[in-house]
Amino acid sequence: MTDPILEVRDLQTHFFTADGVVRAVDGVSFEVYEEEIVGIVGESGAGKSVAAASIMRLVEDPGEVVGGEVSFKGEPIVEFEETEAGTRRPTDAMLSNREMRERIRGREIAIIFQDPMESLNPVFTVGGQLREFIEINRDVGESEAREIAVEMLREVGIPEPRERLDDYPHQFSGGMRQRVLIAMALSCEPSLIIADEPTTALDVTVEGQILEQVADLQEKYGTSFIWVTHDLGVVAEICDRVNVMYLGQMAEQAAVDALFHDTRHPYTDALLDSLPRPDRTVEELRPIAGVMPEAINPPSGCRFHTRCPDAREVCRQVNPDARDVSESDERPHRAACLKHEDVFHEDYWSSPPIDNETDSGFAVGRTDAGGSGDE
Amino acid sequence: MATTGSTSDEVLDTDEGVGEADSEIESRVGWRYTLGQVKGDPTALAGLVVICFMSGLAAFATLDAVVFDYLSEYAVFAQFGMRKYWIAETFWISPVKEPLGARRLLPPAPLDNAYGQGTWDHPLGTDDRGRDILVRLVYGSRIAISVGAIATVVGMVGGTVVGAVAGYYGGWVDDVLMRAVETLYAIPFFILVLSFIAVFGRNLAFVMVGVGIASIPTFSRLIRSEVVSVREEDYIEAAEAAGVRDRNIIARHVIPNSFAPVLVQGTLQIGTAILIVAGLSFLGFGVQPPTPSWGQMLSKSRGVMIENVWFSIWPGLCILVTVVAFNMFGDGLRDALDPRLKN
Repeated sequence: MTDPILEVRDLQTHFFTADGVVRAVDGVSFEVYEEEIVGIVGESGAGKSVAAASIMRLVEDPGEVVGGEVSFKGEPIVEFEETEAGTRRPTDAMLSNREMRERIRGREIAIIFQDPMESLNPVFTVGGQLREFIEINRDVGESEAREIAVEMLREVGIPEPRERLDDYPHQFSGGMRQRVLIAMALSCEPSLIIADEPTTALDVTVEGQILEQVADLQEKYGTSFIWVTHDLGVVAEICDRVNVMYLGQMAEQAAVDALFHDTRHPYTDALLDSLPRPDRTVEELRPIAGVMPEAINPPSGCRFHTRCPDAREVCRQVNPDARDVSESDERPHRAACLKHEDVFHEDYWSSPPIDNETDSGFAVGRTDAGGSGDE
Repeated sequence: MATTGSTSDEVLDTDEGVGEADSEIESRVGWRYTLGQVKGDPTALAGLVVICFMSGLAAFATLDAVVFDYLSEYAVFAQFGMRKYWIAETFWISPVKEPLGARRLLPPAPLDNAYGQGTWDHPLGTDDRGRDILVRLVYGSRIAISVGAIATVVGMVGGTVVGAVAGYYGGWVDDVLMRAVETLYAIPFFILVLSFIAVFGRNLAFVMVGVGIASIPTFSRLIRSEVVSVREEDYIEAAEAAGVRDRNIIARHVIPNSFAPVLVQGTLQIGTAILIVAGLSFLGFGVQPPTPSWGQMLSKSRGVMIENVWFSIWPGLCILVTVVAFNMFGDGLRDALDPRLKN
């Protein structure tokens, strides 16, 4: 395989709140290759959106990217170095905010936001906004930008695009607006589009159409996608590879088929058990016990051990990183679980199991097991 | 699990369902709707009518007193006899010169007083130098309206820029700008304008700019509070993510979405500015005689109030009516925009 266009290494984004430091993204690594759709999946609060925003360096106060590396086509979007004092500071090579704005945002990496109702400026016509973005990112004049805008709207399946250019966002339905946002992202011809739960706010029929359209357009333009979602159905539909996030860290990273049929992490297993699958018949769905702990005070050891059905004592002590657990003849399949003893070399199987009462849907009292509580 | 599968044309149709409900929504946004609301509100409509009338008078007076004065310097126009107060003097009387055989302090036409019986030559009476009050009121409207408008525009533009920048960036920028603006706020309005005049002189332009600057805090605080919520909107983030420059984000995305309360405050502020400038004219600052202005007429009439009370009543009434009209319209505008302000 060629070099990835986007490489994220050990990315750390923290929010400095009055209650303490929230480690929203805490050492996440993944990469995106050309012309592929990479999913980032996880429950609400897993840090998916923050990870996406960190790639664009659009994390808002009080959040801050505090460590790790993001490089896009070899250019350092995020890069840190150690000072003599032992603290970290951004390197000189890291792109300046101005370079980010002029060269990366919109031009190379575009983003599609979750809520199509909120992502279009209500006082502007749809065509006006499309044109503004095209003019900035493609160095074209007004009339040419208008033509591109019409072309893009047609491309994403909006009928009579020329007439609709002068309509305001409130004259479009939700699905139409999401199409406009997709047109907006594609019209600047970026190499990578980050889609932050773009279909979550839509009903499933519209979602289905849009996913198909995106898949077609992706093929046509050869754009790479990072598809942030909590919906494994969407992942199965369009993604090539998937990253499963839990509490700011990667749980499992694999090709989409391997993830669904050869799951290597108990969290992914639990996620899959908690939703209906067309390829399996079960009596009853099994939701994951409890809720995700607060990232402000994450559990010790493996972050998932408070809810994990396979948790053992050793999981409380050791926080595994995602390592390749694939067989020699497979594509890389990374999982962060001590179960894979031959990779992690911890005494998992001889460690006593922890009882997490995974049978009851809502294990009250376990939910905020903030590390110290049950040790 | 696959969410696709039912991609049929019917579904596409429902997707674009822009029905009647949508045209209703459309009418709830934008100027036509706002003006429609104002039209349904009798007080606001009355205010608007008075404002239009006064603005018409002021436009006429400006043409006659300023535009003609300026053009008369060119031979092309001067050969027609173009001069200051051309229209007024051609068709009636000069608003600034004492007429020959002037009769001082006449009452309005049907009344009489110690100085004689009012005549229809001077429908509202004459002032302490025998000049017609009506024509001076008409020409005085120019000062009131232009001062109100210009001072408010200065305050609105300055306040909007300061408030929007402070609100958008937050942090130390916000602190520095807003503390500076609050320093202005701490000084009483009138004192601030008077010190402006003391520094720059008794020029009307400085009075207008001074009143404008003194009203910057009101506007900037107002728009800042709106911007703080608008900047969290997704479309602002979308613009940032598309690489739009900060100043374009502020000018094209942030300000248009936070402008409604500023607009309402603006109409109310015009009334306030008219009052302030009238007050300054009363004290002898602002526009200098013989140029007519309402405040200055009021000031002049003070000494002869017993002899001819109408000389005080007319300019006072003009100020009152105009200021109240702006306030009524401003209130109506606020009510019309309110459903959107709450969103």
